[in-house]
Amino acid sequence: MSFRARHLLGIDHLAPSEIVTLLDLAEEYVALNRRTVKHSDVLEGLTQINMFFENSTRTQSSFELAGKRLGADVMNMSMQNSSVKKGETLIDTALTLNAMQPDLLVVRHPNSGAVNLLAEKVKCAVINAGDGRHEHPTQALLDALTIRRAKGRLQRLTVAICGDIAHSRVARSNLILLGKMENRIRLIGPRTLMPSGVADFGCEIYEDMREGLKGADVVMMLRLQRERMDGGFIPSEREYFHRWGLDAEKLALAAPDAIVMHPGPMNRGVEIDGTIADDINRSVIQDQVEMGVAVRMAALDLLARNLRADRGRAAAGGVMV
Amino acid sequence: MTTLVFQNARLIDPEAQTDAPGSLLVRDGVIESIGSPDEAAPEGADIVDCNGRALAPGLIDWGVKIGEPGERHKESFRSAGRAAAAGGVTTMIVRPDTLPPIDTPESLEFVTRRGADAPVNIRHMAALTKNRDGREMVEIGFLTDAGAVAFTDGVRPVQDAKLLSRCMTYARGLDALIVGHPQDASLSKGAAATSGKFASLYGIPAVSPMAEVMGLDRDLALVEMTGARWHADQITTEAALPALRRARDKGLNVTAGISIHHLTLNEFDVGDYRTFFRFTPPLRPEDDRIAMVQAVADGLIDVIASFHTPQDEESKRLPFEAAAPGAVGLQTLLPAALRLYHQGGLTLPQLWRAMSLNPAKRLGLPAGRLSKGAPADLILFDPDAPFVLDRFTLLSKSKNTPFDGARMEGRVTGTWVAGQRVFGGEA
Repeated sequence: MSFRARHLLGIDHLAPSEIVTLLDLAEEYVALNRRTVKHSDVLEGLTQINMFFENSTRTQSSFELAGKRLGADVMNMSMQNSSVKKGETLIDTALTLNAMQPDLLVVRHPNSGAVNLLAEKVKCAVINAGDGRHEHPTQALLDALTIRRAKGRLQRLTVAICGDIAHSRVARSNLILLGKMENRIRLIGPRTLMPSGVADFGCEIYEDMREGLKGADVVMMLRLQRERMDGGFIPSEREYFHRWGLDAEKLALAAPDAIVMHPGPMNRGVEIDGTIADDINRSVIQDQVEMGVAVRMAALDLLARNLRADRGRAAAGGVMV
Repeated sequence: MTTLVFQNARLIDPEAQTDAPGSLLVRDGVIESIGSPDEAAPEGADIVDCNGRALAPGLIDWGVKIGEPGERHKESFRSAGRAAAAGGVTTMIVRPDTLPPIDTPESLEFVTRRGADAPVNIRHMAALTKNRDGREMVEIGFLTDAGAVAFTDGVRPVQDAKLLSRCMTYARGLDALIVGHPQDASLSKGAAATSGKFASLYGIPAVSPMAEVMGLDRDLALVEMTGARWHADQITTEAALPALRRARDKGLNVTAGISIHHLTLNEFDVGDYRTFFRFTPPLRPEDDRIAMVQAVADGLIDVIASFHTPQDEESKRLPFEAAAPGAVGLQTLLPAALRLYHQGGLTLPQLWRAMSLNPAKRLGLPAGRLSKGAPADLILFDPDAPFVLDRFTLLSKSKNTPFDGARMEGRVTGTWVAGQRVFGGEA
């Protein structure tokens, strides 16, 4: 098996072969999830804790379902109104949790790098469910699986990522993953929402969405956060929709069989026209949600295998690596 | 009358810009004369055989933070003083950004008294505005009388240009020195890194070095308007150098400094969110670092300092953007600076001009020289002695150094303040 990572902190540390291994396993879980009895026991007896320092409904429920379908004991901890408010530091929280002997820890945190910090302090496998503006690896993996199923391949595609690139961890992880798999990436959006140093990313940059969409195989829209709409980054919602919102006219410039993606939740009429989002011939947005559960099951499964192997070696007197 | 002779030394003279064998005679804590390497010692003199090691003026570290008052668990005058002596720093110019800040003659008197705990010289800076909140100027006259050598609000720039212009005008009347932190506060708000590919890929809130240029441009315009004596604490980007050069050419009374960290580290050193590498301003790209080493060599940047900033473990064991900025530096200033010497960027006399002579001249101190009549604040060191730094061996109460585990060269073997040995054993 070609998956050696102990934690899933980002796409950056995964080799292309590890990505493929994970996606192949996720395909099996897609099949499982479509059966009436959606249960496996590969995580039987393991404890999975979902620790969310930032609000999330979709990602958290997706991880919860993934763990439960694989037979893990899953606990959700909503950290916004807990000991953090009482002044406990992240590391103390990690040590407290560690003492409860979890096997899999799923963490979302508003600061970039916070999940890496936490992973250093615990003895279980850690999955990054989004840290600040850094990475959101399972989102990129589920996007990759969705693309591979829709297009039949994950190489040599022209992928247009549109919207708030600067503040998006989804964009970061996606452009790392799609770059590793040798795709052509275009970043489209207003300059105020482009990260600094973007010219060095090895992507093509477009301010004009019409230009950027020409011939694209995949159109990946990003959510525009409410707090960016107040005139600080863009003048108004309606001007944004006019210039960077995906509508039928702009989509017509992409390849005829281009697919439309969105990580959700959508702002209809801001970054995407409702009719495009609902067009079953173009939009794979619901597929992304379905693939999300399967990809997270695969990630939990692979990390659990490596964790067991590590512990087996440690028990046999070896050194934990 | 006590007499001390340093024989067989390699004398680093920042005034003459020489690095040559010689001997040095000290009488009653003052340098009396310089002679040939094997100059005969007068009768009854104590002799230090330097064995060819380097003898230089002690370092004057401009911008040391000490946790008194308010954060004595991070650093006290006693612990900082011991670290300074071991690191070859014979004078600490102490920052006023304490809790509460040093903004009255009474609080200045308190820290002056506390400073007697340290074995090295201490001079204090005072805040420029009350409580460092940029609204009212401090009693610059009283504070000058009480011994303040300069006035600064630390890394909080005075944002109100009118108030800052009045502070400068008033200070000029007293010939007082103002130390600024060139930075546009609104642009750099919340930033923990320099903007660019690295910060973007790691998702760290970042600011362009232009925020420093903007702050410098504004401050220099006010200096030109008021004629104040002004020093920029840290100039860290190549983009700021033309403005600095223009100010010099116009004859403005302006000098500038830089931290040793910005001369020896770059933005990539942050690596995997290592919080000991978080600084204000943030570490810069390598091109900037190289340009700043050249600016020191050219004399455009006058002063190198450690900006010693003790932080306890809890302030650093946090996500990068939430961690406190700054590093301790009293004991690493010299070996880090010697990296620049070993790499060939700067000579020892050039380094000592920036670390002892220039700060002394700018602050009106008699030290920092190897000339007759100067106080015998001296250090003896081996510039080539290699070691691997272990942060827990540092004498500061706080151990937050970016050089932990780093291979360094340069060890101080003796430190003298006014002719009295404050660090190092025999010979």
